[in-house]
Amino acid sequence: MRHLGIVATWLFIFLLVGLNSTGDMLTARAMRRVGDFGELRRKFGILGVARAVLTEPWFYLGLVAMALSFFALLAALSLIDLSVVIPASASLTFLSNLLGAKFFLKEHITLRRWMSGLLVLGGIMLLRA
Amino acid sequence: MSFLRYFLLALIVLGSTFGDVYLAKGMKQIGAISLSRWSDLIFAPFNPYVAFGIVLLMTFYLSYLASLSWADLSYIMPATTFGYVLTALLAHFMLGEHIPLTRWIGILMITAGVGFVTGGPSLTVTPTPEGPSPHLEVHS
Repeated sequence: MRHLGIVATWLFIFLLVGLNSTGDMLTARAMRRVGDFGELRRKFGILGVARAVLTEPWFYLGLVAMALSFFALLAALSLIDLSVVIPASASLTFLSNLLGAKFFLKEHITLRRWMSGLLVLGGIMLLRA
Repeated sequence: MSFLRYFLLALIVLGSTFGDVYLAKGMKQIGAISLSRWSDLIFAPFNPYVAFGIVLLMTFYLSYLASLSWADLSYIMPATTFGYVLTALLAHFMLGEHIPLTRWIGILMITAGVGFVTGGPSLTVTPTPEGPSPHLEVHS
């Protein structure tokens, strides 16, 4: 760790993961409400797509959470080693997103997706170990 | 799945992978941010590396929005994790970095996971309190 103690480092990483996941959940919900961009573009043109996104309130909530997570990432990168921040936040965000997709977005996480999620999660941990 | 959709997934992978690298490079130049120097964080985007990182991350974000309009988050996540594999392979073949056996196993696991999820449906429609958009369908 470059500048933070172990407790502060992990608190920072959990803050980053919380903001990341919140941003992903809210953005995914917004885009689900907006609908398929391709279909919208065929019906209403590219301006119609932009209008649909920019008039969606969940999009702005997601954007705020993502902006906060971006500045938290900048601060984290200046305080904690990249080799600690990225793998820890990536694997924890992956896990919290998978749970959020099931319980918040109500996605149907099939056995195939659980298997895939576990393989990828294990892979991230081995790759960054 | 159409070529455009694979292209969008590729943009997500490349934008986030290289975006993070340039952000880290820029923030290393700026140095540690302390509470007494919090304003450095506001001016960080004016560093050229941070600025280029932001352009790449914006490319990632727009592709991400477009992909989430036709696919589940739980479908996009594993597919976009391929960036880790890409970084490891670039480090090995371009920089000559040694990859230990555990990392090769990690690469194989991620690749298998990505292949597994992309072979399945990209969208599972479940009614929400607001109700799904009328044009949402199950894509494969």
